[in-house]
Amino acid sequence: MPIDRQTVVHVADLARIALTDEEVERFTGQLSVVLDAVARLGEVDTSTIAPTASVLPLQDVQREDEPRPGLTTDQALANAPRGGRDGEFFRVQEVLEER
Amino acid sequence: MTALPPSIVDAAKLLRARKTSSLELTEAALSRAHADRFNTWLLLADDHARAQAKVADERLNRGDAPLLCGIPWACKDIIGTKGIETTAASRILKGYVPPYSATVVERLDAEGAVMVGKTNLDEFAMGSSNENSAFGPVKNPWCVERVPGGSSGGSAVAVAADEVLFALGTDTGGSIRQPAALSGVAGMKPTYGRVSRYGVVAFASSLDQVGPFTHTVEDAAIVCEALFGKDPHDATTMPLAREDLRRDLAKGVKGLRIGVPKEFFIEGMEPGVEKAVRDALRELERQGANIVEVSLSLTDHGLAVYYIIQPAEASSNLARYDGVRYGLRAEGPDLLETYRRTRGQGFGAEVKRRMILGTYALSAGYYDAYYVKAQKVRTLIKAEFDAAFAKCDAIVTPTSPTVAFKIGQKVNDPLAMYLNDVFTLPGNIAGLPGISIPCGLSDGLPVGLQIMANSFAEATMFRVAAAYERATPHHQARPERKAA
Repeated sequence: MPIDRQTVVHVADLARIALTDEEVERFTGQLSVVLDAVARLGEVDTSTIAPTASVLPLQDVQREDEPRPGLTTDQALANAPRGGRDGEFFRVQEVLEER
Repeated sequence: MTALPPSIVDAAKLLRARKTSSLELTEAALSRAHADRFNTWLLLADDHARAQAKVADERLNRGDAPLLCGIPWACKDIIGTKGIETTAASRILKGYVPPYSATVVERLDAEGAVMVGKTNLDEFAMGSSNENSAFGPVKNPWCVERVPGGSSGGSAVAVAADEVLFALGTDTGGSIRQPAALSGVAGMKPTYGRVSRYGVVAFASSLDQVGPFTHTVEDAAIVCEALFGKDPHDATTMPLAREDLRRDLAKGVKGLRIGVPKEFFIEGMEPGVEKAVRDALRELERQGANIVEVSLSLTDHGLAVYYIIQPAEASSNLARYDGVRYGLRAEGPDLLETYRRTRGQGFGAEVKRRMILGTYALSAGYYDAYYVKAQKVRTLIKAEFDAAFAKCDAIVTPTSPTVAFKIGQKVNDPLAMYLNDVFTLPGNIAGLPGISIPCGLSDGLPVGLQIMANSFAEATMFRVAAAYERATPHHQARPERKAA
């Protein structure tokens, strides 16, 4: 199933990625080819098959819930982007509007 | 000393005979790495390496040092290193300095190994040629117009060009084995669950494993012994006891059943690759192995399964790069636009393609048709391997259908690029261990032989690889001897 321009724009939006017009054009063609190739999976009969999320023979792995030291505030904030730190906080644009 | 010894085992002997020191090996590695012509390195940690070497020498002098003590190694720059920049070869992580090290790095630190620097890769390990690095492609030392393979191209070349004695890579669909094949070194992906992924930049979490590049099979086993084992920080590591992975190296292959999947000798395989692999199978047969045909009829579909599950998991993992807590931030008029611009400017083309592909496969209306369907075929692929390993002890195949191709040749054809991994990614889908070792040259370029074994049967895989290596000279071939 070929993917069209609008779908690429919509999905890129869901993925929070700004694309240039040139990228939309190029990716639409390239992703159509890839999706055509993966669509061949439809040929495989899986009507009675359960999906595999992990090949590991492990389930519900637990560990002791013991307190241990984590990162300090400074360590956690050390990689904040330029303009992205305000004292002991990450700084982001406001998302809630005043009423 | 200007050259490094040919293997970890040789270096360890020289260190114990006091014929060299860790500092001397480290200076040799650094001087070779600084003279590198292949864009192998994203960062050289001279001071860090020298400090580690001095500590290693003290430990060696005390006489109770592990085999990797004092050995210089290279770290793929997708593996976090405390206090040392880790970029995943992406603009979005440029300048990121991890506040902690990956468990694999801590384990090698504990052995006393000396980390020389961070190697180039395809951005976020997405690629098979190393052309997707935000910091330029890595070149193949056998022919600088050609790719070294990917995504762990820098780590493969650091070993191939004798700049270090081993390197770590990560393998999600072939990213250790395929560059090992194209660059003429050994590269090994462990069974899923053997090695901790804690502190490694996550790509596709149900497929990713860390593993070594070395010149010899024994060296690969030595590094694996240091890496393997449960980590409380990674719930997907198996609680298995420490294992001597070298116990069967000298046993030979007499009486072992070697499976050859008929579906792996496909159209599009280069004749020189097929010949080298068939010669290798004859060598194993000559040593007394029984060659048996096995069927992996879903090999073709493996590529489709992989190119749904892998981008789907990646699109989820890479959601964390939002410009808020670390990395690049490209500010827009509001937070949503900041996310979009940050990711639009921070990610390269291949990463964006996979984010879109993965988001699409997980989106409403397509989830069952793509993602769940792929997971069901994954079940069938695993079952086919189970059936094959009921008939054989190891499976031997080519690592990649071609030798190293020209830089630029496949960059605009994602599907052609993805086909490079057609023989390696089934091992990731089924979680199996696999090693690629050199098995000769085709038109002067290295060919890789892949040996896969059942889950957690690395010792058998190493046994077959070592038997082949003992009888052939291919692991001794070096690019320089040919190029000069």
